[in-house]
Amino acid sequence: MKVKGSAFKFGDHIDTDLIIPARFLNVSDKDELAKNCFADLRPEFADKAKSGGVIVAGENFGCGSSREHAPIAIKAAGIGCVVARSFARIFYRNAFNIGLPILEATMEQDFIAEGDPVSVDLTSGEVRNEANGKTVQAMPLPPFMREMVECGGLVPYIKKQKMKSEVNDIHK
Amino acid sequence: MRMTITEKILAAHAGQDAVAPGDLVQVRVDMALANDITAPLAIAVFHELGASQVFDREKVALVPDHFVPNKDIASAEQVKMMEAFADQYKLKNYFKVGDVGIEHVILPEKGLVAPGDLVIGADSHTCTYGAMGAFSTGVGSTDLGAIMATGKTWLKVPETIKVIYKGTLKPWVGGKDLILFTIGRIGVQGARYRTLEFTGPVLKELRMSDRFTMANMAVEAGAKNGIFEPDDAVRDFMKGRTEREGVYWKSDPDARYDEIVEFDLSDLELQVACPHSPENVLPVSSVEKVPLNQVFIGSCTNGSIDDLRMAANFLKGRRVAEKTRLIVIPGSPLIYKQAMQEGILEVLLDAGAAIGPPCCGPCLGGHMGILAGGEKALATTNRNFIGRMGHSKSEVYLAGPAVAAASAVLGRIGSPDEL
Ligand code: SF4
Repeated sequence: MKVKGSAFKFGDHIDTDLIIPARFLNVSDKDELAKNCFADLRPEFADKAKSGGVIVAGENFGCGSSREHAPIAIKAAGIGCVVARSFARIFYRNAFNIGLPILEATMEQDFIAEGDPVSVDLTSGEVRNEANGKTVQAMPLPPFMREMVECGGLVPYIKKQKMKSEVNDIHK
Repeated sequence: MRMTITEKILAAHAGQDAVAPGDLVQVRVDMALANDITAPLAIAVFHELGASQVFDREKVALVPDHFVPNKDIASAEQVKMMEAFADQYKLKNYFKVGDVGIEHVILPEKGLVAPGDLVIGADSHTCTYGAMGAFSTGVGSTDLGAIMATGKTWLKVPETIKVIYKGTLKPWVGGKDLILFTIGRIGVQGARYRTLEFTGPVLKELRMSDRFTMANMAVEAGAKNGIFEPDDAVRDFMKGRTEREGVYWKSDPDARYDEIVEFDLSDLELQVACPHSPENVLPVSSVEKVPLNQVFIGSCTNGSIDDLRMAANFLKGRRVAEKTRLIVIPGSPLIYKQAMQEGILEVLLDAGAAIGPPCCGPCLGGHMGILAGGEKALATTNRNFIGRMGHSKSEVYLAGPAVAAASAVLGRIGSPDEL
């Protein structure tokens, strides 16, 4: 499973208030959220990401509020994958739960520049800068998490696993 | 098997004798929580899963606290959806405006959390209940939706950092100063994925409200949870709130810690976190005397009766500076009433404060005190990220109630010493 797109670069500690400011949280429609993704930090983001892309970030991406609206907005904006040096834990969980693949990779600052074409192999964990052929190896996803992403998140994954009957069973 | 308090609670809820850091465990949840931002998505997930019932109608709490009293049509729709869900599934713990306060204030207040519990909330400050010796952590809406259906979730057992506080505290120094100082030292990702276990002789000087403040901000250091060993202070706090006893787990003396940090707090001054990160922490005397457009006292971090008492102590017989607005929001109706009975509200009104109904208020830039471009505020809240309280060109400083009240009078950042 491969994701390709041009790079949107971000620094360290990108918090969920920056990803989607609270004033836009009175709705949970994903296209509305996508329109306002990074509204204050990079007002042009929503427009540019429409044609796809990969976010490349530093440490602690997604810190702060637990709002799932953050990964939803990123995914709905058109981003296929987020690669960061590290993620905050709630964001990490949320991203997989809603089917946005994210990978942790130790990268140098200059490994990828804004706009570089990037490809990410979710199976092997290889992140490749197509502009110069440089690669880094991210922690590959365990098979069940890859499957979760392929299904589109936790809900379709659970459904596929036929856990639906179990969910109802516990109430019998 | 030597275990920390966090490991013991997780083991008990996984039905295992022991767990170790790194283990993935499936745990039973004692209380599942969501608010007016996160519940609508969680409810959608619940329905998508095809669940026919919530796992336990007494163990799901829905608390509309962020945009209430409803600030606009869109937020009113979100609350309406929560109310309908609460009705349909006969939830015991749905709180409408009038009964509602900030989720992390009212859950302990209403006796819905006991020591040894495992609480999962679709809100990052769910870690607050660690103050009572419970394991509690935040998740997103999808996780919460699945929990409402099944009563279970999976967790990775975190490594623990033990923080030992020593020394004697100076006057007015409280939980907010301790936690800001700690975040300043270890950084906003210093405890990422890990537990912060707060210990040491200083804790005996702290009230429950201080502990709630500290556990609340564990997430600001990236922690999964913050926790205190429950003791008599917790027993006293619970009296009259619930019949439940709870389990008073303690860490084994030889429990394994990933890291141990020790702080002597004898010289600790009142602390301030400067824009735009909770780790930009300085003692108040070293912070520039920045003029303030607004001071906010409230939130799940410092909206307790102790906080209001501290503020009133400095505002009594004084006036808020001419160019500064002071907004005070008690954390719950009970705190509001107590403040009224103690004459605190009168002191605050006489000083020129505006008092809001119990809710999150301007903490997240939702409503009731949003900042304009270029404005500067000092708040007793927990996050000072860019744009957190309004315009992306506004600035937020974080501090405890003593600095907040003094700064409101001074019209700029300052300490009670300067009054
Ligand atoms: S008071 Fe602030 S931090 Fe606490 S729950 Fe409300 S918005 Fe979140």
